[in-house]
Amino acid sequence: MMTSATTLHEDHGHHGPAKGLMRWVLTTNHKDIGTLYLWFAFTMLLIGGSMALIIRLELFQPGMQLIEPEFFNQMTTMHGLVMVFGAIMPAFVGMANWLVPMMVGAPDMALPRMNNLSFWILPFAFGMLILTLFSEAGAPNFGWTFYAPLSTTYAPSSVTYFIFGVHLMGISSIMGAINIIATILNLRAPGMTLMKMPLFVWTWLITAYLLIAVMPVLAGVVTMMLMDIHFGTSFFNAAGGGDPVLFQHVFWFFGHPEVYIMILPAFGIVSQIIPTFARKPLFGYSSMVYATASIAFLSFIVWAHHMFTVGLPLATELFFMYATMLIAIPTGVKVFNWVSTMFNGSMTFETPMLFAVAFVILFTIGGFSGLMLAIAPADFQYHDTYFVVAHFHYVLVPGALFAIIAGVYYWIPKWCGRYYNETLGKWHFWLSFVGVNVTFFPMHFVGLAGMPRRIPDYALQFADFNAVASIGAFIFGLSQILFLYIVIDAIRNGKKATDEVWEGTEGLEWTLPSPAPYHSFSEPPEVK
Amino acid sequence: MSSRPSVAKTAVKHVTIAILMFGFGFAMIPLYDVFCEVTGLNGKVQAAVVKTAMEIDRSRSIKVQLVASNNAEMPWRFSPLQNEIALHPGDWKQVGFWVSNVTDQDMVSQSVPSITPARAARYVKKSECFCFEQQTLASGESKVMNLVFTISPDLPEDIRTVTMVYTLFDATDFATSQVVATSE
Repeated sequence: MMTSATTLHEDHGHHGPAKGLMRWVLTTNHKDIGTLYLWFAFTMLLIGGSMALIIRLELFQPGMQLIEPEFFNQMTTMHGLVMVFGAIMPAFVGMANWLVPMMVGAPDMALPRMNNLSFWILPFAFGMLILTLFSEAGAPNFGWTFYAPLSTTYAPSSVTYFIFGVHLMGISSIMGAINIIATILNLRAPGMTLMKMPLFVWTWLITAYLLIAVMPVLAGVVTMMLMDIHFGTSFFNAAGGGDPVLFQHVFWFFGHPEVYIMILPAFGIVSQIIPTFARKPLFGYSSMVYATASIAFLSFIVWAHHMFTVGLPLATELFFMYATMLIAIPTGVKVFNWVSTMFNGSMTFETPMLFAVAFVILFTIGGFSGLMLAIAPADFQYHDTYFVVAHFHYVLVPGALFAIIAGVYYWIPKWCGRYYNETLGKWHFWLSFVGVNVTFFPMHFVGLAGMPRRIPDYALQFADFNAVASIGAFIFGLSQILFLYIVIDAIRNGKKATDEVWEGTEGLEWTLPSPAPYHSFSEPPEVK
Repeated sequence: MSSRPSVAKTAVKHVTIAILMFGFGFAMIPLYDVFCEVTGLNGKVQAAVVKTAMEIDRSRSIKVQLVASNNAEMPWRFSPLQNEIALHPGDWKQVGFWVSNVTDQDMVSQSVPSITPARAARYVKKSECFCFEQQTLASGESKVMNLVFTISPDLPEDIRTVTMVYTLFDATDFATSQVVATSE
């Protein structure tokens, strides 16, 4: 452990943040921008969560109660888009902004002005997307996967705003990814070799490569839609010689790596937290790195498992089925390593550890239902049912989101210099844990029994499980308000944090004082 | 770490990757067409062939089902003259599809073929097909459109039924003088 941090602290007073609102608009400081990203993501989480609650209210009982089917479609679409692109992805970018420079011993991100731009594009992209809700045409209603021709021939006129919104958020993500890559490759402290980097940095490096590989493909596919809608081309229009199935191939070529973009940084966060609270170094560090890289590589050759029912030749179905199942191997390596890290450790269960352990268990459940869906012949039954909804919510909510929440609890004493209220944190965990399972577990059953997704009404036999899921959704949703309170309470009244924060933490970020000074590592630290 | 590249170099390199991947998204279209042609998916194996006499395999008879369907809002009437024919592999047959423009305006249509099972697509040889060209009908006009085809004797033994589906699209907005992409 190094002690250079104290000397760095002296700079602090002279170069503090500017005052007032313009501090946030003009800032190029990685910590400020990280904070902006995290608050933006939380705002989006509440907006997207409200949409989910509207969906669950309508589905509380069979029959049409509260909203029109057209509006229901807008809600499912916007919920997906806001959560994927507005909540999960920016939250991870926010964490990377805060932590990557501190973890590799860099003074800031490599391209600070571009960093400012990457963030400030986002409120405009989502402002444009969400404002379509108030337009005459209504918001996009074709599902977050926006399959052509639903999103072209039959789209509401607001689709053009959606397309520009996606272009903007794509540009933001690509710039963010390039920034993270440049920081990691160019600004590491002397002695910080690649294989000494914390796993959060490793997983983000690989995620950033996924982002620059597939976000441009997403930009391409929405550009094709734009041209089909406004410039008379026929990329996806069979009448003009195009093919709607092509849309699905191009979309999922983006879409599958995208799901790993949303989970790899979560793997990184959990790999930081578990060793701390198990008081043992991470088991199998290098195998974790190789497993992450393998998952990233495999993510490019499995996209058609989203399209098993579209009419693929047998050989293609088999290829994508086996390739998909192959992903279980590196993922299994990771789960094994987390469990082995905990094995024989002197574990304590503070809130970050509770969320991290829940992540390991519940993400594994989501992984197993993913394996079931990977079986092509079985997928013909599961396709487009609530089983799929249960599967991807298990990997994204108690997966990605739990990891983000765990990360916030774990690093907030370093960010703000104050501990959160541990009792309330545990309350938040247990409410979330129970809520998330009550919401999504019954969806497996109704899905296997044949309840289709994205439909505002359902057959009577699904009524009980849907009522249960709706109750769970409200428990889970409302407990996130408690999270907001806990964070604000920690910032205002929390107990002063020590520099080490948790007992025996390892890594450069913990050598800095708490809260981390506005400018850290202006002189690169020496890494042993 | 003396040979570390500069931040600017790293950034430029990765911006280039992003631009190339944007291009790759579009390159997927020709790649996809090539893939469909190789596998015979989506009825993409549709190049017109010269009608040559083939050895006729009289040992078996293939049931060929003809299906006509209209895309979404295409208002024309469209149906095959016969729903089903029997064919010895290698024997050329002519079948007709009746089509009628029941609207009060002149319209252009494009038929898009699809063959089931997809494996059979590459063995279907067409010397003449209304799907090779756009078809224009004046308001109220009707006609019979011809298809001359055979199935190559190489057709795998286990395929006994081949279904040929033609979907009629309104191509008035895409009217071209030349042949459209699917029937190249």
